[in-house]
Amino acid sequence: MTRMFKLPVSVMLSGVAIALFIAVTALAPVLAPYGVNEIVGISWDPPSLSSPLGTDMIGRDLLSRFIWGARVTILTAAAATLLACLLGASFGILAGLRRGWPDMVLSRFVDLVMAAPTLILAMVLLTILPRSLAFIVAIMALIEATRFYRLARLIAVDTAALDFVESAYLRGEKTLWIIFREILPNGIMPILAEFGLRFIFTVLFLSTLSFLGLGVQPPLTDWGSLIKENKDGLLFGITAALLPGVAIAVLAVAVTTMVDWITAGENGGQ
Amino acid sequence: MTTSLLEIRNLTVRAHGNPAAPLLVSDVSLRVERGTVLGLIGESGAGKSTIGLAALGYARAGTSITSGSVRFDGIDLFQESESYRRALRGQRIAYVAQSATASFNPAFRLLDQIIESSLRVNRLDRGAAQERALTLLDVMGLDARTIAMRFPHEVSGGQLQRAMTVMALCARPDLIIFDEPTTALDVTTQQDVLKAIQHAIELQSTAAIYISHDLALVSQVADRIHVLRHGCTVEEAPTIDLVTRPSTPYTRALLEAGVHETTVGHRDAHVALELQGITAGYQTGSAIVRDVSLAIGRGETLALVGESGSGKSTLGRVVNGLLRPRTGRILFDGRELAPSIHNRPLADRRAIQTVHQTPDTSLNPRHRIEEIVGRPLAIYENLGRQQRKDRVGALLEQVELSPSLARRFPAELSGGQKQRVAIARAIAARPQILICDEPTSALDTLVARDVLALLMRLQAENSIGCLFITHDLNIVRSIASRTAVLRHGQIVRAGYTSEVLAPPFDDYTGKLVAAVPTLPRVDPEPALTLKWNAG
Amino acid sequence: MTIAIAALQRRRWHRGLWPYIARRLLAGAALLLVLSSLIFLGTALLPGDAASALLGRSATPAALAELREKLGLDQPLITRYLTWLSAFVQGDLGNSLMNGRAVSDSIAARLGNTLFLAGFAASIVIPLSIFLGLFSVRYRDSVIDRTITFVTRGLVALPEFFVGYLLIYALSISLGWFSSSSTVFPGMSLSSRVVATVLPCLTLVIAITGHVTTMVRACVLDVLSRPYIEMAVLKGVPHGTIVWRHALANALSPIINVVLINLAYLVAGVVVVEVVFVYPGMGQFMVDSVFNRDIPVVQASALLFAAIYIGLNLCADVLAVLANPRLGFTS
Repeated sequence: MTRMFKLPVSVMLSGVAIALFIAVTALAPVLAPYGVNEIVGISWDPPSLSSPLGTDMIGRDLLSRFIWGARVTILTAAAATLLACLLGASFGILAGLRRGWPDMVLSRFVDLVMAAPTLILAMVLLTILPRSLAFIVAIMALIEATRFYRLARLIAVDTAALDFVESAYLRGEKTLWIIFREILPNGIMPILAEFGLRFIFTVLFLSTLSFLGLGVQPPLTDWGSLIKENKDGLLFGITAALLPGVAIAVLAVAVTTMVDWITAGENGGQ
Repeated sequence: MTTSLLEIRNLTVRAHGNPAAPLLVSDVSLRVERGTVLGLIGESGAGKSTIGLAALGYARAGTSITSGSVRFDGIDLFQESESYRRALRGQRIAYVAQSATASFNPAFRLLDQIIESSLRVNRLDRGAAQERALTLLDVMGLDARTIAMRFPHEVSGGQLQRAMTVMALCARPDLIIFDEPTTALDVTTQQDVLKAIQHAIELQSTAAIYISHDLALVSQVADRIHVLRHGCTVEEAPTIDLVTRPSTPYTRALLEAGVHETTVGHRDAHVALELQGITAGYQTGSAIVRDVSLAIGRGETLALVGESGSGKSTLGRVVNGLLRPRTGRILFDGRELAPSIHNRPLADRRAIQTVHQTPDTSLNPRHRIEEIVGRPLAIYENLGRQQRKDRVGALLEQVELSPSLARRFPAELSGGQKQRVAIARAIAARPQILICDEPTSALDTLVARDVLALLMRLQAENSIGCLFITHDLNIVRSIASRTAVLRHGQIVRAGYTSEVLAPPFDDYTGKLVAAVPTLPRVDPEPALTLKWNAG
Repeated sequence: MTIAIAALQRRRWHRGLWPYIARRLLAGAALLLVLSSLIFLGTALLPGDAASALLGRSATPAALAELREKLGLDQPLITRYLTWLSAFVQGDLGNSLMNGRAVSDSIAARLGNTLFLAGFAASIVIPLSIFLGLFSVRYRDSVIDRTITFVTRGLVALPEFFVGYLLIYALSISLGWFSSSSTVFPGMSLSSRVVATVLPCLTLVIAITGHVTTMVRACVLDVLSRPYIEMAVLKGVPHGTIVWRHALANALSPIINVVLINLAYLVAGVVVVEVVFVYPGMGQFMVDSVFNRDIPVVQASALLFAAIYIGLNLCADVLAVLANPRLGFTS
């Protein structure tokens, strides 16, 4: 309780920023003045009251596109991270607990995937696969799942060696109890911290792919695509291409600060 | 009057941050005369190490000396500059740390680290320093030429601890601070290292402060003993006086905790658990336990004694069913138990319970005490929530804890309290056999004594057979009716404790017995002679 | 005595090092082999093949079959893989589906450009971040340390393309100091090449220095908190000797590791930066090929990138062992 009053300013600001991003994601249809592909002006209109950020090359409102883009970016990244976490953590814990050949096979596969640069891996897959949102989520989730797998497996192996897990076995507890009541409560904080960091990484990953033209495809738009489309606007003084970059940076700093604070509080308390 | 070599006066040390936290050291005064050894005794948190470091003019980060003075050879260390103090360290005052494994720099060969201090002020050239280091290594009973060129990770803990003593001695200091130098070692190694240290400081007639939690150990080396508790001085006296006529109840309690009456009678009881020809090991490695047979009567305590690596704990895991033996049978109440825990029915699991060495790892830090103690009740007796709560309360009272602790998490309890919770969890299952794997070795002396007494009381009340795994022969004497001595996985001696631990000994048991320093009986009358070893 | 000791030292040094390096090289080669099969399979097994990608949906079955035969797609998979691999090892990377030219010709010049850019960036990042990290530790918890920590942490969060366009906007469009695209061509003098690549290089430096500095700082702090450092203090070793001899001897190998592994991240960073600055390197080439589904080019460039990445990791391992006599190769 008293912790609420001792919130560091940086954490408070991060909280506000994260809340803002969530609000924009949830309320995009209400907040965005225009539709994603609605043409409201001419090419490269300077900022005005009706278009606070100006318009893009074919006259679409940049603020609206930024808001719609935020929604696609954050939801896609969140979905991919969640999928990666569920996939990686469940396989990781099972492998760490059961060991044996399934663990061997999975771990070697994960080593292999992690031995290649993620962007290159994704590009190879995107050469052949269709560049639809579902496939992009699947590709990112698969690559990111390897990180969750490593962490969860390590936690399971470490915790399973502790006497209290041994006690639970001796007592006759079921595997599910051991996973959910003995191991997970002790491993949930590192996994959550990893979730935060991986989410940021996924946002960056998705934006990079879209920026390269391999990610989110029209008519949808996201932050990476916005940068790609509007980089020429820099020449006309339309700085909208920089805005998604700022947004990504702010989101990254906010989430990292939050994760640090939560994990530090966890280690400091109790 | 000549000045003492070291004189600490009214030393007070405080930890930064929390002003409400107790002082680390509070108003402690002591002296060390030239060529003498002062023992500093205390349980964890007594401030021993803090004082030891202060003698080097050093305060750890996060602590500061708020008042008092430390005079070395008449010089007030904390009035001098850091560079002055630095010049003294290693040259005139040396330090031997508890964990030599962590305190040697892993990147350099032992020899280079040993002679580092000697080279610094050009007391010796490199060749002379190396010669001296090699000689001292010989004195410490090490194979000097091979050890010197090794890296720390290539050398055993006992050897490193000796090498660290050599490192301290090499520059011929006037004073050496030994900070629990043998605590991390095995019993028999402990005694060898202690002897070597003793020999070396006598040879050099160096003065020393010897810090330890083990009164019996310190009384072997120290001329005087200074007893500390919670950062305060309890008493100080010449060793003989202190161990025979302690003037404070605390010291008396410490002394008595080390001396045990043989209270256990010889009992022939109905056999509850029997191991027949057990051989076991991990995966493809060689067997850790070889052809072990033993039996435990109902309500009887069998002590399993041996050094680390002798296979004691492995045997415990075989009984548990965690490790499937390669050959041999386990009989419980005359019928064979399934070798693997997976095939044992609940009733068998319930009958055999375990108390681990450290409650920090045996209690899930995320569970409340009521869940920890209540879980066996839920599994074995299907009790409802309210019944469980009542029983947990009763169990906590049985282990002499307040039922109000039920809502707490393990981290909110002290070490002794946590071990009591672990015992309550074991008792909750109403077991017939209890495996205790060094249950008191992680606890402070007095706490350990009380936990042991509790364990024995509960065992007697519920007539539980107990397999007590330990390296501490003092404990064995006081609790076990029968004892088995394990070495390299084989039983070398077994029988009634009074006979096993009495001469004539086999070599190994003799060594184990000799390794345990025992104190003379505390006597209201002054004793004139001291006998260190019972064996 | 001293001679005997020196001889002993030399002998120990040589006992296990070369076998260790050989072992690591072998493992790296094996990894690359598995990755190459994965890259090949990934591009061969998935729905749609090169022929249909090339001809599009409207292609007649006859045309498809003809092209397949021409490309060797009618052969069994394993034959195709082995053919591809043996050609690859001999330097024949196949022909582009887009323009039919030999991939090796297109890649050669671009690989050089990419390595130049990455090397240029690395030559700044490595000394800069090690200096900042050590400086930060030296003045630990001071204003300097806090500032460095704050700035590096901020830098870590910035995406490369954002940094790139920010630099273009500030230094190229507003101030007009540099061109917004980095044009390099064969036969260019070194100095004008450096000038042309200043902006992409700066972008990479900003993007990576934050990471490396943070990790260098953490490495050194970790070593300084070890008991043997306190022991050195208690032995009366002067502060400078403690940091430069006792701490650095142990921190060196983790630092090398951290630096080289982050250089491996350059591989991903370089792709983006090349696109931002329209720099004629491997990254941009690969992005174009992925976009056009030009499979031979993608296979070749992916394998090259993976080889560089694995090579850097390998160097990190070997150098880390070299820097730390304790790390196993003697035993």
